[in-house]
Amino acid sequence: MEKQVTLKIDGRSVTVPDGTLIVDAAKQLGIVIPVFCYHPKLKPAGMCRVCLVDVGRPQLDRASGKPVLNEDGTPKITFGPKLETACTTPVSEGMVVWGATEKVMEARKEVLEFLLTSHPLDCPVCDKGGECPLQNLTMRFGPSESRFEFDEKYHNEKQVPLGELIILDRERCIQCGRCVRFQEQVVDEPVIGFYERGRAMEIVTYSEPGFDSIFSGNTTDICPVGALTTADFRFGARPWEMKARASICTQCPVGCNITYNVRREARKDGRTVIKRVMPRQNEEVNEIWICDKGRFTYHYYESPERLTSPLIRRGDQLVKTSWDEAIEYAAQQVKAAGSKLAVVTSGRLSNEDLFTLKQLSEKTGGKAILHSAISGGDRVAMAGMTTGSDLGKLSKGSVILVFACDLHEEAPIWWLRVKQAAERGATLIVVNPRNTRLDKYATHRLRYAYGSEVSTLRTLLADTGDIGLAVNEAENAVFIYGSEGIGLNASAGAADLLAAWLERSGHRGKANSGLIAAWQKGNDQGAWEIGFKTDEHLAETISAAMGVYITAADPASEDPELKIALQRAGFVIVQDLFLTETAKLADVVLPVQAVMEREGTVVSGERRLQYYAPAIPAPAGTRVDHAITSAIAEAAGIQLEGNNAGELFAQLTREIDVFKGITLQDVQAVHEQTPSLGRSGMYYGGTSYENLEGLGVILPLKVGALPTPAEVIELEELTIPEDRLLAVPVTRLYDRGGTVTASGMLQQRIARSLFSLHPADAERYQLKAGERVVLNLDGREIEGEVDVDSGQPQGVVLVTRSMGALLTAPVLVKLSVPQRSAVNS
Amino acid sequence: MSELFLLRHRQIPGLNQLSTYLESGGFETWKKAVTSLAPEDLVNEVKASGLRGRGGAGFPTGTKWSFLPNTIWPHYVVANADESEPGTFKDREILEFNPFQFLEGLMLASYAVRAHIAYVYLRGEFWQIARKLDERIAELTSNGYLGENLFGRDYSLRIYTHLGAGAYICGEETALLESLEGRLGQPRLRPPFPAVAGLFGLPTVINNVETLANLPIIIGKGAAHFRTQGTEKSPGTKIFSLSGRVKKPGNYELPLGTTFRELIYKHGEGIINDARIKAIMPAGASSALIPATEAALDTPMDYESVVELGCALGSASVIILDETVSASALVSDTIHFFKHESCGKCTPCREGTFWMARVIDRIETGKAREADIDLLAGIARQMQNKCLCALGEFSTVSVLSAIENYRADFEARLEK
Repeated sequence: MEKQVTLKIDGRSVTVPDGTLIVDAAKQLGIVIPVFCYHPKLKPAGMCRVCLVDVGRPQLDRASGKPVLNEDGTPKITFGPKLETACTTPVSEGMVVWGATEKVMEARKEVLEFLLTSHPLDCPVCDKGGECPLQNLTMRFGPSESRFEFDEKYHNEKQVPLGELIILDRERCIQCGRCVRFQEQVVDEPVIGFYERGRAMEIVTYSEPGFDSIFSGNTTDICPVGALTTADFRFGARPWEMKARASICTQCPVGCNITYNVRREARKDGRTVIKRVMPRQNEEVNEIWICDKGRFTYHYYESPERLTSPLIRRGDQLVKTSWDEAIEYAAQQVKAAGSKLAVVTSGRLSNEDLFTLKQLSEKTGGKAILHSAISGGDRVAMAGMTTGSDLGKLSKGSVILVFACDLHEEAPIWWLRVKQAAERGATLIVVNPRNTRLDKYATHRLRYAYGSEVSTLRTLLADTGDIGLAVNEAENAVFIYGSEGIGLNASAGAADLLAAWLERSGHRGKANSGLIAAWQKGNDQGAWEIGFKTDEHLAETISAAMGVYITAADPASEDPELKIALQRAGFVIVQDLFLTETAKLADVVLPVQAVMEREGTVVSGERRLQYYAPAIPAPAGTRVDHAITSAIAEAAGIQLEGNNAGELFAQLTREIDVFKGITLQDVQAVHEQTPSLGRSGMYYGGTSYENLEGLGVILPLKVGALPTPAEVIELEELTIPEDRLLAVPVTRLYDRGGTVTASGMLQQRIARSLFSLHPADAERYQLKAGERVVLNLDGREIEGEVDVDSGQPQGVVLVTRSMGALLTAPVLVKLSVPQRSAVNS
Repeated sequence: MSELFLLRHRQIPGLNQLSTYLESGGFETWKKAVTSLAPEDLVNEVKASGLRGRGGAGFPTGTKWSFLPNTIWPHYVVANADESEPGTFKDREILEFNPFQFLEGLMLASYAVRAHIAYVYLRGEFWQIARKLDERIAELTSNGYLGENLFGRDYSLRIYTHLGAGAYICGEETALLESLEGRLGQPRLRPPFPAVAGLFGLPTVINNVETLANLPIIIGKGAAHFRTQGTEKSPGTKIFSLSGRVKKPGNYELPLGTTFRELIYKHGEGIINDARIKAIMPAGASSALIPATEAALDTPMDYESVVELGCALGSASVIILDETVSASALVSDTIHFFKHESCGKCTPCREGTFWMARVIDRIETGKAREADIDLLAGIARQMQNKCLCALGEFSTVSVLSAIENYRADFEARLEK
């Protein structure tokens, strides 16, 4: 146990771990020592000086080193000549702190008066007004009026875009540096900083594009004034007008806890709309952070492209129809298809939707297929994270192995958590075919050739060197695999081997150890737990099916073979938010509701079951996915149990082993979290949301035997002929996925180049970054812009997923340059 | 005339040539130290000499060195050549005319703390000096005084120069370290102190140019010889940079404890036009305006006596004000100086200097009322004891002493 120290603050005794700062010790007692520059997630800076307190320490006898005593036997306390900053001073045994004496209160008032001299006092139009620490602390501790002549105020630019996402108001900035320190210390993307000095000191961005960080939005939360605002919320609403609606971000498998702030909007005919997304504290998931994708993509729900009426095929056309007619038509087809019905879905849906689909597929005897880039969720269910897990607790003695994954792009908050674990001393092993942003923090970096995933892991499993030893001796071992250059087969093989490794090293089933898949959808793991599986012969399955029922998936835009298969299929029912490429091929299209318009539960990649409530009403004409499935089933004469989300959840927790016995109350339970941010308190206003709505429950592991390494099928490795390149699919955070494009906010951040080449290959083809090339694969041509990156291997062309390039697994291609061939011919 | 320890070039022409410096016995101390003295011997000799830091704080140099933990390596030595205090121009003379004595001092300090790399951090405006220093460092290296395995012993030393970018705050030692590391020049939190976690987080000694220039004398001729000059508690000589309304401004190397009267009237030859002296600022812009009473003039210039006048000796940049100088105008200059140089890191200094500048501008342009004088004093008092480093605190000293002693000068400027 760490050393404890007892001290007195304002006459009250408190015992805290050695090294605790006075300000945090005071908070434990409920004593407010105001801060601006201090934040419990950042290193102390001692800049703003508002936390000055009177600090006394026991006087020690020089000769004996023992405390000098007063006449009454109490230790003699000596106070320094100056007040000290509570945010930088660690506690010490016997310390006496006075935080509310006249001297201290006067100093506080004076510092606040100083801060306000240059502040524009434009609270009536400031976004932070109402949740502003400067406002709060001025009201409580500040002077009631200023002696500063208003006309002499310092003026500065009030609208400085630090990029297209974050806008800076230089007048409101109080130079606390929280944003700069967040970018440096927390996410290590130091792209903003201070420029100039004195009163002229200001925040600037020095990246191109501006504020080039995928975590930039968090700076607007921790900014203690209205200096940093997001482009979409700026001047959008006042904090007190908005209601907080707890939710879960489903953009990736991390499952960040978020809060939607909503209000009725006059400009939108009085409809309730989302004004912003903020993180909701869950120290075991996302702490108090979210990535920019999670913060800015929500706008897709208000896209004019949303479907609000069922569509039915009349010849070549999809035309609007009534729900009754659409359901009736779909039901007839489902009934006719019987066991030849293929249900294709994705982790964009909730457990309740998936459970309903699974029931339907079981009752018809058809197939239940998860459409995903990678596989292996059944292994994750058996060897994944289990009760008591928290990546935030991994440190020295733990091993984290990241395999075939660019975590920064695939699951940003996991990247952050893994980076921080490595900084705390965890052994990080990064095994990837090219450089990634995680390499910098890795203890061991291992490169392998694209396509050799299974054999690489097999070799690693036999490793008796540093890596093998590190895993075997680790207290905890977390293995993460992703979608870097691999498709279903290789990822399934990888999952098998990684799970087998965890079994062998004794980590399977241990808290804070296990296998994690960096899925592309928020609830892919939930789909696996419910019983959906990927299908490596999906095109054949679809072609052979009499009917295909596709929900929350767009296979036609991702794979030309699937597109052809869908055209061949008997009939196609599609449920989606938008008229996707797949929906365009459908016989009937049913408009659904977005995550924020409905309730549900989801399972994160760490197997944490979490609940989200509706934040806003759904558009007229849309229905929730499971309700549509139930209606189709009912019309087809198939009786499904459960009519609403609550009933379905209850049903699910009765029928599926790993969910058994879990109640919604368990999922919605909360406990005290450290640090306690107390958003409603005096000085963390605007920072994250307190979690009152549930921290979630990690599922127990599914019981079952894992395949032995010997049982894992070796994949054929491709040799790359001289005139070919190996095209491999990779995942980027900002792609052309449906919700990112429809949101509109992140357009400028979406990777411009579809392809990426090693400089040597670029030279071979006489190419420069930004030029357009054509890849020829099996007679199919795809064209796009090329980027050059020395961090990737030679002979390989990286192809970004979900950018219209239609690539699901590594394949040999020919590269040509369009203008040049035109010239040659 | 007392013995010159530092401005020896005034007696030996061409001392900034290596050959001349060597002829005058230069680097013999260095050679002796490396070949026959233990680093501890140097520390002890400097402790015995009672040498106090000449950069302003007057902290005992030997004691400062002994704070470096011998459990954390490597150690660094940094020469603070960011001479920026208005009225201070002593280091510049040493660097230009007696550079080898300074370098020898830096080398001795490095040896004393077993540092193998030393830096000279110069203010950006000293770029020509830095260039010359680079040449001289190269000359020393090619002559075997710097480099690897010096004099065949297991000791190596390299020296690098580094130019600042024009910020006064970078004379503050932790801001200097930030700047030297390539960051924005802003002071660090203390603790940890540079002696424990300094440059690149490692134990570091930071000494002023003049402090270092004393070392060849102390190590070469012994602490006792050094103590023949100055007082018991402030031994040695000090270069006083005399400026302001005196007939003969300039650098004067005098024993510590010499009176203001001797500096001003004997060496400085009195006040221009023989006007009446009004006030003394013993430590540049950072100092109080001390009314030039007979008692003040007879005060010895050493670290203790000047404190009794309500001011610090600082870097001994003595600025003389006569009756033609308005205290209000002078304070306007110091306030604007500190406002310009405030790094902006802490609130009281950033906002306080800015606010004081607004008020003094009103006073100086005849747009202020009586209450504004009190406001100005109030802002200064409000800043005190709250700032992150000494800069903010220093900015208040001249303001408060001027208002206290020369309020009439401010009142004369008020709105009529």
